[in-house]
Amino acid sequence: MKILVAVKRVIDYNVQIRVKEDNSGVVTDNVKMSTNPPDDNAIEEAVKIKEAGKATEVVAVSIGEEKAQETVRKALAVGADRGILVKTEGVVEPLSVSKLLQKIVEKEKPDLVFMGKQAIDDDCNQTGQMLSALLNWPQATFASKIEIKDGKLEVTREIDEGLETIEINVPAIVTCDLRLNEPRYASLPNIMKAKKKPIEQLNASDLGVDISPRIEQIKVEEPPKRKAGIKVSSVSELVQKLKNEAKVI
Amino acid sequence: MSVLLIAEHNNKELRPFTLNAATAASHIDNDVHAVIIGHNCEEAAKALSKLEFIKKVIQVEAAYYENFVAENFAPVIVKLADNYSHIISSANTFGKNLMPRIAAALDTSQISDITKVIAPDTFLRPIYAGNAFATVKSKDAKKCVTIRPTSFDACESTGGSASIEKAEASEEFSKTKFVKREEVKSDRPELGTARVVVSGGRGMQSGDNFKLITSLADKLNAAIGASRAAVDAGYISNDHQVGQTGKVVVPDLYIAVGISGAIQHLAGMKESKVIVAINKDGEAPIFSVADYGLEADLFEAVPQFLEELNKLNTIQK
Repeated sequence: MKILVAVKRVIDYNVQIRVKEDNSGVVTDNVKMSTNPPDDNAIEEAVKIKEAGKATEVVAVSIGEEKAQETVRKALAVGADRGILVKTEGVVEPLSVSKLLQKIVEKEKPDLVFMGKQAIDDDCNQTGQMLSALLNWPQATFASKIEIKDGKLEVTREIDEGLETIEINVPAIVTCDLRLNEPRYASLPNIMKAKKKPIEQLNASDLGVDISPRIEQIKVEEPPKRKAGIKVSSVSELVQKLKNEAKVI
Repeated sequence: MSVLLIAEHNNKELRPFTLNAATAASHIDNDVHAVIIGHNCEEAAKALSKLEFIKKVIQVEAAYYENFVAENFAPVIVKLADNYSHIISSANTFGKNLMPRIAAALDTSQISDITKVIAPDTFLRPIYAGNAFATVKSKDAKKCVTIRPTSFDACESTGGSASIEKAEASEEFSKTKFVKREEVKSDRPELGTARVVVSGGRGMQSGDNFKLITSLADKLNAAIGASRAAVDAGYISNDHQVGQTGKVVVPDLYIAVGISGAIQHLAGMKESKVIVAINKDGEAPIFSVADYGLEADLFEAVPQFLEELNKLNTIQK
């Protein structure tokens, strides 16, 4: 079984982002970038499945600018066998990403495609579902547990009401929740080894997909600031404030 | 052209966010139709027909629609889409799972989690965990939009008198099978719509200590929330998680107990009207969004809080 894992390079989750003064977007120059956190879970799960002898190859793919190569390289350092980078410039919407991934799937013919359930930059939560629609494959979104059973997957999904379990035929798409597993850190020897693993580079234009944006970003603004609050010195003061000032209890 | 709202329900009743999505749909166009896909969902369809704003209900029935599998739902909506300019649903796990599958089939670039309709083609939406807001304009002919339920008021559940039409089911998607759903039943207000939310974080130290949160929530008739750290640690189940990858809540009163306030958590609660933080670390980022901060050991403060509330005895229900 072959697993393709899609990984995205995003602003690190610990960075307090800043909006550009001209409101054209957020500042990305000299800002720490990392793998989108749930994509780390996706790689981890694929590598674990391979280590358990249930998969033969894990391929990491990223779509983005040249530097997204670092994200692919990190996936290789934690156990992916080889990488693919589809080079693009500017904003690539989830619909376009899923079309590019569809081309990669047609070429690579994986049995499973894993990715994070959501990217923490645009917070769209679309790509996995869109890819499964384009391929007409089953989708298991927000996965917190995956079991492989005779060519099928039993997936536990985190939903608003609690947990849901579905069974899907392979080939399939799984989008991963942060609770799926505990991503490992790459060891130094594995980081060195990853440098020798191959990364195939393609240009989005080579794949014959129209990826021009359909959504115009008019402006990006800071959220309204909250009025500064106060510190209370005791529980009784807190309760008095809530009752008499805020009038919420 | 008209707007098509996808109703969320449990085959008997509408799920509450359908009412918020109906309001959002009405901000786009007056002619809002709603589709309900399910199995033996007559009652829910009737309830839908009575909602404010809804002009027509389309009911689609099949046994394989009982469990809301997106692979089964999407083709139904795609078939209906010709008659509509917009397809709308809530940006909760139901809509997040379903809408992109529809959008891709319609070759439309979806707009997720909007907090405001600026014009029928222009919307406001949070990005980067709500640390920025983008105004975006769709150039697609057909628009697929999910709405943040807490940013739109629920519509009236009575007063409407829409006609109910039946439409044909689509073929079953046989490669996905529903197995089971483990719902956490509770008499408490729902987290997404509660007037008061009491949340616990890593500072609770154990699942057992969450009893303190439960007692406080009981007293305030509140829903129980949690930070991701508390859910990851197994103190409480995932359906309580508030934050960027959990639920977004906008209660009148949000009480954060033992929560440091990572930006991912703030994303889910910082629009609350009044925020209280109880934390022994005076430097915790949660204090930067709190209207009332109490720097104290929660294991002393929460029992005191309960005592003070007992003295008041005027809790709003």
